[in-house]
Amino acid sequence: MNKQRLHTDPTHYNQLTDRYSPPSDMKTCLLRSFWVGGLICTIGQGIMDIGIHFLDMSVRDAGSLCSIVLIFTTALLTGIGVFDKIGQYAGAGSFVPITGFANAVVSPALEFRREGLILGLGAKLFTIAGPVLVYGVGLSVIVGVIYALFIH
Amino acid sequence: MTIALMYLKAFLVGGLICTFGELLVLKTKLSPARILVCYIVAGVLLSAVGLYGPIVSFAGAGATVPLTGFGHALCQGVIFSVQESGLIGAFTGGLAATAGGIAAAIFFGTLVALVFKPKAK
Repeated sequence: MNKQRLHTDPTHYNQLTDRYSPPSDMKTCLLRSFWVGGLICTIGQGIMDIGIHFLDMSVRDAGSLCSIVLIFTTALLTGIGVFDKIGQYAGAGSFVPITGFANAVVSPALEFRREGLILGLGAKLFTIAGPVLVYGVGLSVIVGVIYALFIH
Repeated sequence: MTIALMYLKAFLVGGLICTFGELLVLKTKLSPARILVCYIVAGVLLSAVGLYGPIVSFAGAGATVPLTGFGHALCQGVIFSVQESGLIGAFTGGLAATAGGIAAAIFFGTLVALVFKPKAK
């Protein structure tokens, strides 16, 4: 019975996949990343304001608080499998904010934990997020050296 | 009213920065990992030439929450530390300014990996 259903012609198959795949036209994708990305940043602004107005923090500390809370939330949502769904829906709207950095750390940690705590979890934690730090920190040192030698 | 305006600006600017990332995904087929590297590099460079600071003043978290803001924090941390303690600040400032985020990612990432089982794809 099931075997028979697999014998379908290619055009029919394409129609079926088109019908059942989520809409991926450009406008929809862009709109989704816009509102989800915007919302994540708005939540971030809320966390910063709580830090500044209610917890008496400096702007810099409030910025750290904002990162930490967003990273914690993302880690939790990744753990329970919800962040992947948000990622599928929002694309860059979820991975361009700091939430994407957090997800990039948590996902391989979860995935490779079965290969052990040291060479699995520990070593793979920065598989995806590592390059971000390598090039970000590396470039910032260059900027700092140029600034110290020629501008300061 | 000014508070509502600040949130609106954070939403619009943050949304636009993400939309540009999505445009890169759709047009160039770059993988998210490459786009994140491009974003942090762009953040450091824009911040170094003084273009990212005004965006942060305008949009607040709309500019600091995207990964370009992480680059901006690295760059401003380095510049601040060089002003405080000279050349050594080029090495100490960046990670000091972003320590909260990096430590949180390591700590909560490990914690979640220890507590939860990976979901079947």
